[in-house]
Formats: sequence, C-alpha cells, structure tokens
Amino acid sequence: MLRLDEAIARYVHPGDRVALEGFTHLIPFAAGHEIIRQGIDGLTLIRMTPDLLYDQMIGAGCARKLIFSWGGNPGVGSLPRLRDAIEHGWPVPLEIEEHSHSAMAHAYAAGAAGLPCAVFRGYLGSDLPSVNPNIRQIVCPFTGEALAAVPALRPDVTIIHAQQADRDGNVLIDGIVGVQKEAALAAARAIVTVEEVVDRFPPHGRSAVVLPAWTLTAVVQAPGGARPSYAHGYYGRDNAFYAAWESIAKDRGTFQAWMQEHLGL
Amino acid sequence: MNATYTAQEIMTIAAARALTDEDVCFVGIGLPSAACNLARLTHAPRLRLIYESGTIETRPDVLPLSIGDGELHETALTTVSVPEIFSYWLQGGRIGVGFLGGAQVDRFGNLNSTVIGPYAKPSVRLPGGGGAPEIATGCRRIYIIMTQTPRTFVERVDFITSLGHGPTGRERRALGLGSEGPALIVTDLCMMRPDPESKEFEVVSVHPGVSAETVRERTGWPVRFVPQVDETPAPRASELEALRDLQARTARAHQRTP
Repeated sequence: MLRLDEAIARYVHPGDRVALEGFTHLIPFAAGHEIIRQGIDGLTLIRMTPDLLYDQMIGAGCARKLIFSWGGNPGVGSLPRLRDAIEHGWPVPLEIEEHSHSAMAHAYAAGAAGLPCAVFRGYLGSDLPSVNPNIRQIVCPFTGEALAAVPALRPDVTIIHAQQADRDGNVLIDGIVGVQKEAALAAARAIVTVEEVVDRFPPHGRSAVVLPAWTLTAVVQAPGGARPSYAHGYYGRDNAFYAAWESIAKDRGTFQAWMQEHLGL
Repeated sequence: MNATYTAQEIMTIAAARALTDEDVCFVGIGLPSAACNLARLTHAPRLRLIYESGTIETRPDVLPLSIGDGELHETALTTVSVPEIFSYWLQGGRIGVGFLGGAQVDRFGNLNSTVIGPYAKPSVRLPGGGGAPEIATGCRRIYIIMTQTPRTFVERVDFITSLGHGPTGRERRALGLGSEGPALIVTDLCMMRPDPESKEFEVVSVHPGVSAETVRERTGWPVRFVPQVDETPAPRASELEALRDLQARTARAHQRTP
C-alpha cells in the first residue's frame, strides 16, 4: 500500500494510455485529481463514460486523446471542457476515438483475456465505422456471419476506486460493478483506491467483485475518493454538484478558478 | 388531482401503455426510463427492466438521474458487469424491447445521438451512442420516445448512430438482421408506426387537442397519416397520479445532499 501521491508519481507517466473506470458508481476522482496536480500530460484517456472527472482532466490539459463511448454529464447535460477541447483545441487539441458501450466493454474483456481484438455483433448499420478506423469487420470462419472487430483495450495503467481492501491488499467492489474488473485485468499496471482497509471482507453481496492483491500494482487508502460520485454503502452521489458543473465549466475562466480553489493548483 | 395534463405527461403515459407484463425491456435514461417505470407502476407490474449499468429486473422507487445510480442496484434482482450485460444479455438475444430516445430521428426510425452537422466539424457535439447502436439491432423490437420538433424529426439524420430501418427503409433486411427494429415512435403530439412495406413511419394516433396541421408543422419530412387516425386516449386519473407521484418522489430524492 502506498500514499496516493506516491502511487500516481510512480506508476502514471506522461504519454501513458490511462483508464480511470467506474460506471457512474465509484469513479476515482481523488486519483484523477492527483494526476492533474502532478501535471502529468500527453495522456490517452480511456473511459466508457467520460464525465466530470475527465472534463476536469481534459480542461487541465492532461489529455491528447480520448477513447470513449458516451461523453456527457449523465442525466444532466454536456461536458463543456470536452467540447471546448474538441471544437477549439483548448487547452490542447484532443483527438477522439469513438465507440459504442458494447464495443468498449468487449474490448476491455478482450484485453483482460489477453486477446488482440474483440469480436462481437455490433455497429450494424451505424455510421460510427465510417469515422473510426479502429472499427473493422471480420467474418466468422464457421458461419460466414459478418461481425464487428475492435482492438483490445490494454491500458498502460488502469485506476479504479473500490469500497474495501483487506490487509493483504485484496480488493472488494460491491454494487454496480461496471467494467472495472476487466479494465484492471487488461492493464499493465492497476492502481486501486479504497474507502477503507478492513481485517476481513463482509459476506459477499449480490454482485461483489474481488480482485486478488497479486493482480494489482498498488492499493491506496483514499476515503471519499469517489466523491462527488458515490460509493455504495458509504456515501451517495452528489447530484447537486453534477447539476452545478455546467455553470462552473462552461467558461474557461470560471473553470480555472474552480480548479485552483478546489484542487489547490 | 388536476384534470388537465401536460404534453410531456401524455407522451410519457402513451409510451408506458406500449409495454406489457410479458416484456423484458432495455431502458434508456430520461424519457424512456420515466415511461418504463410508469408502466411497471400502473398496468404492467411484472415488466422486467434492464439498464446498461448491469441491473436486471430493477424496480427503483425513484427515477435514476443517471444510468448507474444506486437505487437501480438496490432494487434489482441481480446486478452484473457491463461487459456481461452487453455480451450475454443484449447480444445473446435475451431482451425483447429496447426503449430509446435521441437528438434526431428520421422517417425510417434511424437515430442520431452523435453530432449535429458534419462529424469532423459539428455544430453540436452530442454525447454519443453509448449502448444505443447495439440496443437498436440486438433487441427484438425498438420503441422510440422523443419530443417532436422540425429540428428533431428530420428528413435525414446527420449521423446514423443507431440503425432504424436504414436510409431507404430496406437496410435491415440487407444486413440480415432478424430483429424487427423500430416499431413505434411516441411524441408529445402523436404516435407513429412504420408502414409494413415501406417502413416509413406514419401517424397512427394524435393526442387530444392536437391538430394534424401541428403534427405536419413539427415534422421535418412530409409526414403521412394512416387512413384511420385514432385519437390517443387521454391520460386516466390513475395514470397521472402515478406519474406525478413518481416525479415528485424523484425530485425530492435528487435534492437531498448525500
């Protein structure tokens, strides 16, 4: 176990392909903020649903490319910093590689499985393959069915947030588990921030996911590390903050002032 | 109970009525989520709802603000990972109805949620497809709910994020798709269904007090009406009460600070 600043400094390098995952639930905000504080840039950010955290990282100039499948403020509106980066190259130009959820979910699973690509039934009739050269077609050698293929996602480093680690560094995730297990197992290095370190995990819930310590690179205790998203069993989602984000971020100046005040930049 | 109702309310209620107790439904966030949960709270208590966050047979007491909110898990029969929901459940052909919205729809039910304008230089960058490209082809049937304006109901969508019946109405068959595709569009003005042959959506029912002229004005293509256009039954008091209770509970829940 490391401190958050140590783990980020040691394992996240400029230019890395970095996935910070979490499906509305357990978004690793504290870790993302530490990347911003350390000024790590040139990153290819990977995430199915880039939301406020990636808006902050993109607005802070950490990213040169984004691989994603849905970029918005879920249920609320848009991401002003993402749009400014795509439309005006501010603060740095942002290349995008756009997929569907199904494609990215399959691509992480392929990465975790050690496969070079994911094959699935997808993108039929969609225009997305015409704007993303990483969406190709493959023919099933047995049935002749045309299937979609995308490259496996293999981040240099994946960062996720979880509820608990035990003293040995095994990690437990409960609730909506998203794509975190696959993203962690697909990565060369996996960092997990946790709410709490416990002597023993509770009896497993409906969907508990356990990542053994030996699959992880670093485990970091970071209570509240998913705020303003939520950690099932610990704290709820700060919907008011999500609703307020558009007015904070729509202007470059108010965005920078907010970041200075809240991240101590 | 107020005897009058808003256009938004009749849209949600009319969409809810399309679902039955037998359906297994993949739910989009926003308007589809409101309609699907209203159906469950009124005439279809056994309706099985699945969200792309992996929650199966979820029965939330309040509408989630976002697709992965905690109430979806807490009230679910089971929650699975996102790769599993797309692989085994959607791609595996387990889901009968996909309930979608979008920023633009055309006469063949093709949906755009990616960009307005050219992809490389859009006038509006939208959130993107999310689960919709595969929901549109992987579910056996698609229902669409959208507010109707000339800017949303367009002659040609700027970008096909999710296939409807294709640019000419014939593309689903050409792609060898076994699923039915879009079968219903519900708006704040009317309901449309595709012509069985041409797959062009036609107005089958107009909401009370809405004129055919208004429907034409708010459709970006020369919209056709079936010979016998029905009037959508007005919301019943019980439907309005259930919807307003749900939305009041939801508003209270979303105002609470965690």
